[in-house]
Amino acid sequence: MKYAGLLVMPAGFFLMIAALVLFPDPSRRAIFMACGLAIEGLGLGVAVRGHILPRGDSRP
Amino acid sequence: MNSLIPVAPAPAMSEAVFAFTLILLLIAPLAIAGVALINAGLGRSRSAAQAMLGNVAIVAVAVVVFALLGAMIAGEAAAPGHAIHLAGKAWRWIGSGRLLAGAAAAPGGSFHSGQLATLFEFLAVALTAIIPWGTGADRFRLAAGCVCAAVLAGLVFPFFACWTWGGGWLEQLGANFGLGAGFLDLGGAASIHAVGGLGALAVVWIAGPRKGKFPKEGFSMAMPAHNAVYVLFGCLLSLVGWLAWNAAGAVLWRQAPLGELPMTAINTVLCASAAILATLAVTRFRFGKPDASMCANGWLAGLVASSATAGLVTPAESLLVGLVAGVATPLLVELLELALSIDDPSGAIGAHAVAGLWGLLAAGLFAAQPGQLLAQLVGIGTLLGVVLPVVYLLFAMINRVVPFRVDPDGERVGMDLHELGGGAYPEFVIHRDDSYR
Repeated sequence: MKYAGLLVMPAGFFLMIAALVLFPDPSRRAIFMACGLAIEGLGLGVAVRGHILPRGDSRP
Repeated sequence: MNSLIPVAPAPAMSEAVFAFTLILLLIAPLAIAGVALINAGLGRSRSAAQAMLGNVAIVAVAVVVFALLGAMIAGEAAAPGHAIHLAGKAWRWIGSGRLLAGAAAAPGGSFHSGQLATLFEFLAVALTAIIPWGTGADRFRLAAGCVCAAVLAGLVFPFFACWTWGGGWLEQLGANFGLGAGFLDLGGAASIHAVGGLGALAVVWIAGPRKGKFPKEGFSMAMPAHNAVYVLFGCLLSLVGWLAWNAAGAVLWRQAPLGELPMTAINTVLCASAAILATLAVTRFRFGKPDASMCANGWLAGLVASSATAGLVTPAESLLVGLVAGVATPLLVELLELALSIDDPSGAIGAHAVAGLWGLLAAGLFAAQPGQLLAQLVGIGTLLGVVLPVVYLLFAMINRVVPFRVDPDGERVGMDLHELGGGAYPEFVIHRDDSYR
């Protein structure tokens, strides 16, 4: 899960770059860039979740 | 696809502006001293000497590696660089600077901004490298800290510095895609603080928490700072450094006239002041009394946010930026520690990474030029989508060769005795620590 999240984050970055190149229209570009950032956020969330220590007795 | 793109030579600076900016850059290392004191003070007394020695050693490693490798990658805005051509635009991704800081040499005794830009980057890389060190306090081995500093100074920082300050693709977003003035990072909120703060997150994920921090029978144990006076004196020292840093950045990266610098300085102080007052109020409300460590982190968060905004916004906007940074810092500390089990003794993830990202966003929100917000978002997206995964991957590989974490016995006796053979305070009586049961 740690690595999956970290792999998703560059995907969001490339979506942002694609939006920059493919959409000259500012509103459409902004929407796609926001989607790219959201995917990065999702990846960060998964990576953070993967690093949370277990609670209680299962904690090392 | 990849080609070397020539550019116009660096504009000559007047002697007066050159001298003034040079003086600012000679004062700027006080920010490094301040952050080093904060790093050492927020750790435990049994690791204080190792923490402070680590700060000095890491600065040394970072500067040497940057001179040997990083400065060539970072390049200069006014020197040729390598670019990828995509969609009819040149995306400069790596510079072609000279070995051993050759860019700082004066050709024919003239003054040009490239010399000062190189000096700025030397100081910036030192500050970037010590940020993760504080986060790894009390368990991060000195050798591993130095190797991480070398990687940050030799690879990660130079690439990002090239993209933002060296005429790279982020800086050219305005010219190439009409996004305001391109990605703006005048005081190093992105290249220094966000890069260092994300490096700190990678360190804490890889090294794990201090032993006893998250016991089986509870959420987390408080491990208070060993010297609040060091920490708060570090805050005051940082202010002086930051004033110089933000002013020098405005001159170098935005060609701001000297007449604008007093406002840049006022914005820096206002941002930090609003932040610490907000943190003071939040901690007073949450815990019944103000918390010195969190207030120091709030102050630092305000300074970091000002790195992105001080040269661009009005005083009222600066107050607002600081206020948000100051409110967010203590709440983030709680979130990171209690909900996400992240043990960050120096608070670098909140005070450097998150505050830096907030400052970059605020610079876009308050900008007058259309498209500036999108340019700032691209910069933020690059930090999260490229810098964090790359730093994590590099640090994870280093950890295989040079383990980050000291062995349990070393952690028990303290990093000073284990790594240096002597403590920072040899005449102090060491009390039994109940966190080791």
